[in-house]
Amino acid sequence: MKLCINKLTFSYGPISILKDVEFEVGLGEVLSIVGPNGSGKSTLLKCINRILKTKHNTVLVDDQDTCKMNLKELSMLMGYVPQSSSSTFPFTVFDVVLMGRKPYIHWNISERDNEIVAEMLDYLGIGHLGMRHFNELSGGEQQKVIIARALAQQPQLMLLDEPTSSLDIKHQLEILCMLKSLAKSKERSVIVSMHDLNLASRFSDRMLMLKNGCVYALGTPEEVLTEKNIESVYGIKVNVSSSFVGKPQVTPVINEVDFFSNTKLTPVLEQKI
Amino acid sequence: MTTKAELTKLYNKGKKRKLLAIFSVFIAIIIVVLISISFGAGSPRLPEALQVIISRTFPFLNLDPGSPLAQTIIWDIRFPRIVMALIAGAGLAAAGVTMQGVLRNPLVSSYVLGISSAAGFGAALAIVFGIGVVSFVGGYLVIGNAFIFCLLAMVIVYSIARLRGMSSETVILAGVAVGFLFSALLSLIQYISPDNNAVTAIVFWLLGGLYTATWEKILICLPIVSVTMILMMTQSWNINIMSMGEDVATSLGVNSKRVLTVNMLLETIATASIIAFTGIIGFVDLIAPHIARMLLGSDHRYLIPCSIGMGALMLLASDTVARLIIMPTELPVGILTSLLGVPFFIYLLVSKRRRSFG
Repeated sequence: MKLCINKLTFSYGPISILKDVEFEVGLGEVLSIVGPNGSGKSTLLKCINRILKTKHNTVLVDDQDTCKMNLKELSMLMGYVPQSSSSTFPFTVFDVVLMGRKPYIHWNISERDNEIVAEMLDYLGIGHLGMRHFNELSGGEQQKVIIARALAQQPQLMLLDEPTSSLDIKHQLEILCMLKSLAKSKERSVIVSMHDLNLASRFSDRMLMLKNGCVYALGTPEEVLTEKNIESVYGIKVNVSSSFVGKPQVTPVINEVDFFSNTKLTPVLEQKI
Repeated sequence: MTTKAELTKLYNKGKKRKLLAIFSVFIAIIIVVLISISFGAGSPRLPEALQVIISRTFPFLNLDPGSPLAQTIIWDIRFPRIVMALIAGAGLAAAGVTMQGVLRNPLVSSYVLGISSAAGFGAALAIVFGIGVVSFVGGYLVIGNAFIFCLLAMVIVYSIARLRGMSSETVILAGVAVGFLFSALLSLIQYISPDNNAVTAIVFWLLGGLYTATWEKILICLPIVSVTMILMMTQSWNINIMSMGEDVATSLGVNSKRVLTVNMLLETIATASIIAFTGIIGFVDLIAPHIARMLLGSDHRYLIPCSIGMGALMLLASDTVARLIIMPTELPVGILTSLLGVPFFIYLLVSKRRRSFG
């Protein structure tokens, strides 16, 4: 499986979000998308999955234009994990994961579908939650359920939109290690958008840095996470060192007292009532 | 730790429980039918009633159909009314549950597209002015008009929502707006109507009732409602998935706009073909799905059949009480559905630990 993004441009009406984004993802690769809020990370993932429509020949899987595939074919190819999920009506965890089998079933579910669901729940270590209600779970548990649902689609490409941003450090590591091993052992590709540069640095093979909807840098963590790049994209001074595991480690260099001193808000805040 | 085998076993056990719940609802329906057929104005009780029904349903058996009086009371009055109550309750509840599902909103009823006001307006137009869009047989003027105006309301709502990308919010808002438009027009007709009898007739039509049921009407209503209900059930998976939101639905291969459009059409046809004959019967379509959801959860593969049974049960029970409570006259069924349904619903609402929506 090879994903190729070719001159992808997207706008919401007159507001341009993505401009000429180009990159490729190979089999077994973990690519992380980083960039400030509003730089187009989520939009890019939605464009890849055709939740948002783009022009022809911009998203190619194994040289095939995804615009020519129907939604069902696409859903067997790509699994999508949104930033947060909730269900209007209560469903059990088992039912939610079973929804991932939708591309393969019509009216009746087979024993095989049930087995796959049970296997995915077991794989993610959430078998004991199977009969619990999805909306009653914690954020980390919900995230794992949604990942299990995406896995039940048996996709070749997993797209995850900030899967770790609402999780504690243990859950963050669990999920990222799982994605990494998924990419390596089961021969899938993973594209994941992230805010935490240090986690991204540690877990991705390559990184894509977006600035205002354009690709600012693309390459290994060492190539992308430089002091110059981060200052230019995020507008803050950082120090990049080598971490304990030999990956780039980003530490912001700020004077906490002076950080806000030049902003316009300060005089207002200092006024006495 | 739950093993894989245990997990599938647990799931299958849950499935059996759901089927049992549906089965119990249908048993309850049979019991209420037997009660309903046995009581009412006139003397025939259960044995005579069964005798009439069996002999008339299977004429080739050459059974004794009983006295002519019993035949008239059971076969021409009580039984068609019961059948109509079952069809109407089932169809309205099916429309309600699918619309709540596709629009992801537990407050939605089958009238969300403004079709009840539209039906009222259409009927009023026919009653007061004798104006009909279809004017074939005299007796069908009101019915045809109500039906056509339901479809018209749906087309308007669909066109408005289409302009704004068919999201569930626009469908609901457009439906509410169209509903208000038609109820304003309905009030206008009642206000300017020169004939007081016509206004009374409109009020009766709006109250709704099953006393007008005949076999002829059932023969028109039953096929339409059955087909739409079966088609709604084929949408179960799609509706389940839409509950997780539009983006997720797309990523799972479900075109949510198409599912919404298909269900809008099915629900309008089912609801219109019922209320055109019975007048506005409210509440069942809103509450029956909620009661069903409390019984067996939100999986629409089981929820739709259970709602259908629950709707039929509720409407038949209400109509039976409405018919018997102040004999020889009767109460409008709409009053009874609320008076009986609300306490039961509130009981379920407060006694259940788990919320059935949200």
